[in-house]
Amino acid sequence: MSRVLLIEDDPAVRRGVEWALRHRGHDVAAAPTGEEGLTLLRSHRPDVVVLDLMLPGIPGLDVCRRIREHDQVPIIIVTARGDDIDVVVGLEAGADDYVVKPVRASVLEARMRAVLRRTAPDTEGRTRPRPRTYGDLAIDRAALVVTHRGEPVPLAPSELRLLLALSDAPGQVLSRQQLLEQVWEHSYHGDVRLVDACVKRLRGKLGGDSGHIETVRGFGYRFRAA
Amino acid sequence: MVRMPEAVRSLRFRLVAGFGLIAVVSALGTGALTFREARTGVLQQSQDTVVNQFRDSVDALLPDVPSQPDRAQLGSLVFSLASTHRSQHWRVLATYRGVEAPSEAGDDFGELTAALRHSVETRSVAVFQRVHSGGASALVVGLPVVFADGTGSRADSGLALYLVVPQTTEQRYVSTLVSAVERAALPALGLAVLLALFVARGVLRPVRALRQATRRMADGHLDTRLSVHGSDELADLSAAFNETAVALERSVSELRRMEAQARRFVADVSHELRTPLAAMSAVTDVLDDEAVHLEHGTAEAVQLIGEETERLVRLVNDLMEISRFDAGAAELHLDEIDMAESVRRTLAARGWQDRVTVRLPPPGALRTPVDPRRFDVVVANLVGNALRHGAPPVTVTLTAHREPGAGDAAKAGAAGTAGAAGTAGFARAAGERSWVRLVVADSGPGIAPDALPHVFERFYKASSARTRSESSGLGLAITAENVRLHGGRIRAENGAAGGAVFTVDLPAGRGDGRG
Repeated sequence: MSRVLLIEDDPAVRRGVEWALRHRGHDVAAAPTGEEGLTLLRSHRPDVVVLDLMLPGIPGLDVCRRIREHDQVPIIIVTARGDDIDVVVGLEAGADDYVVKPVRASVLEARMRAVLRRTAPDTEGRTRPRPRTYGDLAIDRAALVVTHRGEPVPLAPSELRLLLALSDAPGQVLSRQQLLEQVWEHSYHGDVRLVDACVKRLRGKLGGDSGHIETVRGFGYRFRAA
Repeated sequence: MVRMPEAVRSLRFRLVAGFGLIAVVSALGTGALTFREARTGVLQQSQDTVVNQFRDSVDALLPDVPSQPDRAQLGSLVFSLASTHRSQHWRVLATYRGVEAPSEAGDDFGELTAALRHSVETRSVAVFQRVHSGGASALVVGLPVVFADGTGSRADSGLALYLVVPQTTEQRYVSTLVSAVERAALPALGLAVLLALFVARGVLRPVRALRQATRRMADGHLDTRLSVHGSDELADLSAAFNETAVALERSVSELRRMEAQARRFVADVSHELRTPLAAMSAVTDVLDDEAVHLEHGTAEAVQLIGEETERLVRLVNDLMEISRFDAGAAELHLDEIDMAESVRRTLAARGWQDRVTVRLPPPGALRTPVDPRRFDVVVANLVGNALRHGAPPVTVTLTAHREPGAGDAAKAGAAGTAGAAGTAGFARAAGERSWVRLVVADSGPGIAPDALPHVFERFYKASSARTRSESSGLGLAITAENVRLHGGRIRAENGAAGGAVFTVDLPAGRGDGRG
């Protein structure tokens, strides 16, 4: 059971998704506009936000940015097929994943489950790992805290999971497809722009330590420990 | 400029030849006529002069000649005749009843024909004849001496005088005339050719402009117009061309506008359908879950709604995808991936791995930059199509091959099957292109020959019996668009052993093959 904030302007779609998610046991708060959504964000304290990009009033992309200003809650954007640029901009604005309308409740739920998984899947079931440091960067895989010179770096779930997946195998090249499957639980043929956008955001947040994530042209990404 | 192979058939050549012919014919014709008239006039005049001089001289000398002269008297007559006109090279012969006296001894007067002599002897009038012998021409005059009394009756004296005058002066005059005509004809011909070239240039410039404009039009530049100079036939033609171009451009832009309108309509309709479908699609899972608790009839109805909603979603999604291709908004997100792995994943994701025989290169052997999502669509659509409409076994083959030059489709077929299959890291030789070939073959009845050219058309149904199927009818059209977006090519055919064979060639690598 998760607490879901649904921001969707079309009443029928809002009611349909709300009902379907409730039916699957989630606690859903629904808002028809971005403004109401931002208000509900404070009162409802959702685990995940499902955000339609086409909204009256404040555009969906701005809502996404405003949430990210002080909150790392997972955000899944809902786009219309054919709005390719919206996807890229939405992901760069901080969204963790996206679904394309029309979407089945089961597909949306699978995406929610993926972004809500608290740890990287390959670290589950192991003995509690100790925090590791890479220069100024420290990654505590147990507490899921990343610090830079002792200061915590606020990471969205997808960013954290990506960093964990990469740093779990320093020096090893991971293809975009591997990362898509491992971090987003997408299929092999998913949208690799998710990976690229997330790497970009992650590098931005790591600032001076962004050199840890190397692009290997034609193959994917690699974590450099030193 | 006129190209050489067509030179003889070209308008320029024909104009020059025509003008030249006219110049030659008119020069020669005029020359010949002038020559004939001049020659006749010259000769006539010289004849008259000679005949008159001869007659006058004879008249002057005759009183000294007895009525029945002997050889010596005849000799002195001809001598005095010849000597008075020595400068004109007169040769004179006098005959009287079988006695002949030439002005020069031993002169046989070969120019004198029997016919002339006969004519002189019988007709009693002055006769002349022009004789050519040994390349020189001479005038022969026969003059019978006739006595006339005051009453007008004439009596033949029996004495006849013959004169032979060489006509070298006249001949020289005539030959000068001939060479003058010849000399005039050549410059006239040259002038005619120059004129012809000039006229041809004037005619050909608009013709060439017209040709270039037509080619530009054929290349799709419908805004091509000619500038119209003057008001001759060629200007009319240019004006007519412009009018045609305007009409063509108008109707083409009208067609394009209508087509764009139709496409926008499809895109708009799909867009509008999406919102209600989004609401319906969201709840179909709930309906499916609840169906088990409902009574039989209601459950079936609920299930039907769920299934058909899914179908509608697929159709709308495919329509949106096609609309994006039509609008040129489809983007290619290239990523270098292991092609064999990609095919395996496509089959596994749909649970087809046990229904399809695969022939793939070893892992890591064939890496190519493709749009993974679009390649997945291509493989899934082709295999799905084979499974639905063909019969097992369905085989999927992935190979790499090289072929010389670009876009040589005719050779592609042969080179493809013979090409090295699944070789890793092939180098790119100059002018060679590397391709990845995906072949999806089934063992069904194949595609009807008349349907083959249409299989990639939208909503084309190969058989009317197959009007209802899982596919939207856009699957193969979207597949073809995806292949084209990659710069690849696709073709459908029937295999030698029956069954449909779909072959996709995608360009492999852009120079930097394997890392």
